[in-house]
Amino acid sequence: MVDSIFLALSVLTIGSAIVALEIRSLIYGSIGLMLTLSGIAGFFLLLDAPFVAMFQLSVYVGSIAVLILFTVMLVRRELIFNKIEDSRRRYAGIGLMIIMMLGIGTIIIGSGLKSMETDTASVDYKKIGEDFLTYYSPALIVMALILASAVIGALALARREDVTSDQRAD
Amino acid sequence: MTNALIDFVLVSVALLAIGIYGLSVKRNAIRMLFAVEMIVNSANLNLVAFARFIPNSQGQTLALFSIAIAAAEVAVGLALVIVAYRMYNNIDIADFRSLKG
Repeated sequence: MVDSIFLALSVLTIGSAIVALEIRSLIYGSIGLMLTLSGIAGFFLLLDAPFVAMFQLSVYVGSIAVLILFTVMLVRRELIFNKIEDSRRRYAGIGLMIIMMLGIGTIIIGSGLKSMETDTASVDYKKIGEDFLTYYSPALIVMALILASAVIGALALARREDVTSDQRAD
Repeated sequence: MTNALIDFVLVSVALLAIGIYGLSVKRNAIRMLFAVEMIVNSANLNLVAFARFIPNSQGQTLALFSIAIAAAEVAVGLALVIVAYRMYNNIDIADFRSLKG
């Protein structure tokens, strides 16, 4: 049986996901996305994974959502409220969503996952830190390189080429 | 632990379906990024839920890697949106017709 915290979190997550996609203003949409990501962090707390929950809060809610908010503010005002949609395509999309929910949902409910419950203790998060520094340390280094190259690539992409600096020495 | 594994998996499926709906219907580039974020988050929720119920710690480790990679992906995606906005003066993806620089 689910408890009330789980129900409230799932209503918050799914509802704000729908709001983020359907509300007219992109600024409110990004705030809705922020609420969705916070709801997922709450699920992580329910699953006894406090380290992942804090990571989610600091990376997603703290940086990604704020980055999206700033990008939205760089865009022209009438584009923020602009909402062009093909209505036939929209109905097809809603149909696809309902078919996916029902199809995958019935498959999952029919599978053996239903009987899977646990009463063992949760994993200590010290184990995650040890894993990161021993077994996963090459992957950690590769991930750091990927992050650095992605940030450098993003900076190089967003650079303006038509503006030249006057203070150049040569 | 009163919640079963299947509850978390069902929430994850709902979030995945909403993300696919947004990705297929919306024409605004930033809204498509929202949808991609929802799909990535549903995958993360699945990883952590299965890691709790098996139980081992590798699912959480993989979720941490996935969150970091998603951060890099959003940075590059938003830079692409800004470049396209500067080039076409619009963020409607139906206008992004040529790949010429």
